[in-house]
Amino acid sequence: MTAPDRPATGTRTDGNTGTVGGPGEDKNTGADGLGGVSGLVAGVVPFSAVDGPGNRYVVFLQGCGFDCLVCHNPVTIPLRPKGLRPQTADGLLAGIADAAPFLTGVTVTGGEPTCQPDFTYALFARLAADPRTARLHRLLDSNGDAPAEVWDRLVPVIDGAMIDLKALDDEAHLVLTGTSNVRVLAAIRNLAGRGLLAEVRLLLVPGLNDADDVLTRTASWLLAVDPAVRVRVNPFRQDGTRACARGLHVPDPSERDRYRRVLTAAGITDLILTGDPSRN
Amino acid sequence: MPTYRAPMSRAHLQELVRACLADPSLTYRQRVQQLAGIAENALEPPAVGEKCLLLQDKGVVHDMGEGNAPYRPRYVLPDYAKVIRHGSARLELPAPQDFDDALTVLLATYGSVPSITGYPVYLGDLDTLLEPFAAGLPDAELDARLRRFWRLTDRLLPDAFVHANLGPADSRIGRAVLRVDRELRQVVPNLTLRVDPALTPDELLREAVLTACRDGKPHFVNHPMMVRDLGLDYGIVSCYNSLPRGGGAHTLCRLNLRESVVQHVAEHPGGGLQAYLDVTLPEHVAATAELMASRIRFLVEESGFYRHDWLVAEGLIDPDRFTAMFGLYGVAEGAHLLLEQSGSQARYGHDAEADELVHRLVARIAELVAAQPMPYCTVSGGRALLHAQSGIDSDIGITAGARVPVGTEPQLYQHIRAVAPHHACFPAGISDVFKFEPTIADNPDSVVAVIRGAFAEGMRDYTFDVDGNGFVRITGYLVRVSEVEQVNLGNCVRHSSTVLGAGAMTNQHLADRVRKTT
Repeated sequence: MTAPDRPATGTRTDGNTGTVGGPGEDKNTGADGLGGVSGLVAGVVPFSAVDGPGNRYVVFLQGCGFDCLVCHNPVTIPLRPKGLRPQTADGLLAGIADAAPFLTGVTVTGGEPTCQPDFTYALFARLAADPRTARLHRLLDSNGDAPAEVWDRLVPVIDGAMIDLKALDDEAHLVLTGTSNVRVLAAIRNLAGRGLLAEVRLLLVPGLNDADDVLTRTASWLLAVDPAVRVRVNPFRQDGTRACARGLHVPDPSERDRYRRVLTAAGITDLILTGDPSRN
Repeated sequence: MPTYRAPMSRAHLQELVRACLADPSLTYRQRVQQLAGIAENALEPPAVGEKCLLLQDKGVVHDMGEGNAPYRPRYVLPDYAKVIRHGSARLELPAPQDFDDALTVLLATYGSVPSITGYPVYLGDLDTLLEPFAAGLPDAELDARLRRFWRLTDRLLPDAFVHANLGPADSRIGRAVLRVDRELRQVVPNLTLRVDPALTPDELLREAVLTACRDGKPHFVNHPMMVRDLGLDYGIVSCYNSLPRGGGAHTLCRLNLRESVVQHVAEHPGGGLQAYLDVTLPEHVAATAELMASRIRFLVEESGFYRHDWLVAEGLIDPDRFTAMFGLYGVAEGAHLLLEQSGSQARYGHDAEADELVHRLVARIAELVAAQPMPYCTVSGGRALLHAQSGIDSDIGITAGARVPVGTEPQLYQHIRAVAPHHACFPAGISDVFKFEPTIADNPDSVVAVIRGAFAEGMRDYTFDVDGNGFVRITGYLVRVSEVEQVNLGNCVRHSSTVLGAGAMTNQHLADRVRKTT
């Protein structure tokens, strides 16, 4: 699967080995040096009602190892885009502390935050240590594609992680993301085992990953990992996507109903369907 | 000779009466109410000095169209606990024994409570009043009874200034009221939830936010701040007016800060901010106070309301618990004009210089109002209470109270921080409307966090509006968009408040409020 309009970027391995810093990361991680660790930030949203429980401050880190056909924010994919200057963890912390009285928590997303593991760690650790932000709930929003060492590192500084599962079948995952899902499935198991799996997101695209049997098998696999798993279905939308996604169909209301019906029948009880007006 | 109080000719009076009694856009009751207003205005208004008259003619000081001969207080907040405990001799009703009795006693009492609108503006703290009768009633029966009560309230008192209070503690009644309100989606009654960080649980706030997403209610108030200023016995009535319970407000007059600054510039060419604060503003505050005092004296001394009314006789109100509301509006435009005089283009809500000037103006006015004696206002130390008046339908090109102008509202936290510093100056209430996207209903906890943060930052009142739910919050009251369309077609509608709301929507461009987006 090709993405012709996609800017050339590094491959997954040079961005997310978990053994070296991500792009722009400064290895200033001495005893009290976490605040000085820097990373590439694509943007922040100080008020979000759609990135986890309550009111969130959302940090979008730059760079992602996946090349998703359906990516709705492709400018955040390149690991080292021209002109983006690194920011320090304490620089970000200042903005979050200012908004803290109104916040439930902070969500670090991307791009893919685990592509900059040192920076992500430093930011969460500083949020936990600073009295102005210590009460805030810390959530990671990730594609799950990071090695075990990265999760071991992040686990002590997060309250939960929301993981995207683009496809249970590796072949479909390769088509959709350009990458195998082996590390994603391992991450879901790992986080569930530690009680940190806040949510699994299924981005469903008609004809690619939404067949009844696929949904049923996905539900069974998730329930085996975490019997109380929360599943959020994000029906595919065209907003923000590249030309390579133009031919894909947006699920109609009857397909959305089918997602709910099939997943519920398969035993998912904590199910959220994004944009479902019946919840209002 | 100022034109403001030119006597009404007999021919003019007859013309007004004739037009009113055949006006197809008014219901029978609305015609009766309007005829009473015409008759009242056939009298001369209470006497005031030339300067005060002149400032009324210039639009600096405004009597809110309360009428020339005040014969009832503007806002009355009966202590309904009295009739719940003892029943009423006047109404020939015994003390209620069960839930249905209690609702009957309340409805019967509402029918005999006056106010400026002709309808009661306060229905009481419904959770506190009704909770003792709810024991033993399952939720479904509670909801069914409250549903009937809600429908009767809206049909018998069709006016969106009618206002009930809840909180700060959680209760079965509070939750049931919120459930029923979002199911029925009526504009009556308006609702306020009092919020105390120590008493109000997230679950109750979440229910309230969900209801507000559906129908624009309730409005939220900072309970500890209100208690500090008004004591435990207070209520929120009409459009964000906070007043002593068992009393109310004799009158509300308002000072137009835009026109006040226009006058200042005309009369003191080259006179800067300091001259405005030291000379002009004290004169204009004094003139507003003079108008208020003359109206209060007429109400108390000549109309005899407090000597005759049954609410006084049965102890539901006490004349000594009435105060007066000193209203303020057009603060944004006043500040902008002063800034322009000094060559600055700074804008309120966006520039620290403008925000600071707004806060300084409000603080100065609060100081002047606190120094101005006001008759028959024992409950507030013989002074009026400052109120950010949230506008009336005929206001054009002027911003309600001390709000950031419609269409220029900044990002959420910046907006809260621009207005929060002066909320403390307005014990009689202030309002800023925050407009959210409809998707906020998927995550009510996000609004719960914002409301808690806003109160921690010093806001007194918090209200939000959700786009596309069929309701618009006008000043503090709500209208249904479908009813406004009927008014605009010249048809008569059930709620008298919608007629005012339709004018406000056009004149104040309320559809242009900026949405808080991520």
